[in-house]
Amino acid sequence: MTSSLRLRAGLVSIALLAAFLGIWHLATRSTGTAATMSPEYAKLMGLTATQGKSAMPGPLDVGAKLWEHLKRPFYDNGPNDKGLGIQLAYSIARVGTGYLLAVLVAIPLGFLIGMSPLLSKALDPFIQVLKPISPLAWMPLALYTIKDSSISAIFVIFICSIWPMLLNTVFGVASVRKEWINVARTLEVGTVRRAFTVILPAAAPTILTGMRISIGIAWLVIVAAEMLVGGTGIGYFVWNEWNNLSITNVIIAILLIGIVGMLLDQILARFTRMVTFPE
Amino acid sequence: MSDKFISIEAIAKRYPGAGGATTTVFENLWLSMARGEFACVIGHSGCGKTTVLNILAGLDAPSEGAVIVDGQAISGTSLDRAVIFQSHALLPWRTVLGNVAYAVSSKWRSWDRAKVKAHAQSFIDLVGLTGSEHKRPSELSGGMKQRVGIARALSITPKMMLMDEPFSALDALTRGTLQDEVRRICLETGQTAFMITHDVDEAIYLADKIFLMTNGPGAVLAEVVQNPLPRDRGRTDLHRHPLYYALRNHIIDFLVTRSKTFTAETPGHDPRNVPVVHIGKPGLTIASNGEEQRQTWIPGPSPGLTA
Repeated sequence: MTSSLRLRAGLVSIALLAAFLGIWHLATRSTGTAATMSPEYAKLMGLTATQGKSAMPGPLDVGAKLWEHLKRPFYDNGPNDKGLGIQLAYSIARVGTGYLLAVLVAIPLGFLIGMSPLLSKALDPFIQVLKPISPLAWMPLALYTIKDSSISAIFVIFICSIWPMLLNTVFGVASVRKEWINVARTLEVGTVRRAFTVILPAAAPTILTGMRISIGIAWLVIVAAEMLVGGTGIGYFVWNEWNNLSITNVIIAILLIGIVGMLLDQILARFTRMVTFPE
Repeated sequence: MSDKFISIEAIAKRYPGAGGATTTVFENLWLSMARGEFACVIGHSGCGKTTVLNILAGLDAPSEGAVIVDGQAISGTSLDRAVIFQSHALLPWRTVLGNVAYAVSSKWRSWDRAKVKAHAQSFIDLVGLTGSEHKRPSELSGGMKQRVGIARALSITPKMMLMDEPFSALDALTRGTLQDEVRRICLETGQTAFMITHDVDEAIYLADKIFLMTNGPGAVLAEVVQNPLPRDRGRTDLHRHPLYYALRNHIIDFLVTRSKTFTAETPGHDPRNVPVVHIGKPGLTIASNGEEQRQTWIPGPSPGLTA
């Protein structure tokens, strides 16, 4: 029953993809000779003018280019011509570094705030003000103080991924069931052991949910941050290819950003499932 | 049975109410229990039964007064007093064995893993869950979960067990079986037990002493009913005992009418000397604190007139 539903859903997905690619192909194909002109002039004007070809690349162009990229993902021909694999690796490394730093700060801090009503109330106004700030707004300040564009990008990732994790950790820790805490109390379990044996496992699903939201935001922000700081990374690649007017490469980059984002989300979803307990 | 193993002395619980007023749930509450005794508390919701139990457990502190257990005033929770929670309160990410072992390793921190496991296993066997050690609480039925709760409480070999309506969420059949188990275990181990219940029959079956509390706020301990049924009573012939209905009617009368009117009708009620009620056995008194007790006699059919 379930497998047949999955099979049917898969078929519908494939049909939708085929329809999308078909419409895309039809919309961007050449319509034959559009205007007659002298061969020199025609050469100058390109296929768009002579054969009615859309400036937008079709799925076949994108597919061919993508295949080219996939064959050589790690080539390096200087600052403005690196393989997509290298650009993605730079972006993932930045996201990973900023994100891990945020985990190291947000989870212990969230534990502290969640377990202490005093700290929770005292820090609340700061968190409320800092949370809605667009991470890119920190960029000039980061560039000015850190004086290194690559570290500034990592800082921006750090600052944007810290809030969902911090708030979810606080919430998860503060809303651990009273009865579980009471069990630990009646067993005279010390504060540290209680934190690790009762509060951490009970809050883990909520904390992991915060981490999953954070990785999504971090991956959204890295593209914009790299467009600003330049040099390397998939965000820079998109902007560089836009300057080169290579729409094909821009489309490929968009596709890869989506796939990597999905993979990051799936990894965190798997971790969340590992710590979730049925009640 | 005359020593006071547990003595609750003049405790009160007040909460700050609206507009600076304070709400008093109960005050000047005195209650004592002997070692090895099984006591049930019966009263309507809101009379502070659970608060009394939480104070005994050390989860809650009284606004006034003290609780003395085994000659020492308590402060906070203790491994000497195990609690069986109404909602079983098992840690869902641990297995049955893991839940019991958590309690065991909390009590004996220096024990190695094998010793903790063997000790926990013996209590899982005791409550009849052999074979389910590696199941998670979500895979167990309500009755099995509460068995784990009982195993966990017993595994730390406490001086007393505190039970807050432990069987109220279970179906009637499971409840009966678990009552039998608890009764058997308490008799075998000589455990002192304090149980809150809403179920009159449960109290009659399990308790040596039944505490009747009036309605809150301002609840008082109205009477201590001494259970006249023999200690080796069985579930099946309980209701054939000549004093069974007298006892049951007395408790139900109290719950239905007297719990509301008791305070108004009994102005001279002395909370330090709560009357001890003996159903149908005139002439037998329990002098629990050396002072003379006021006695109330409820006439029952004389023993021997059983059908």
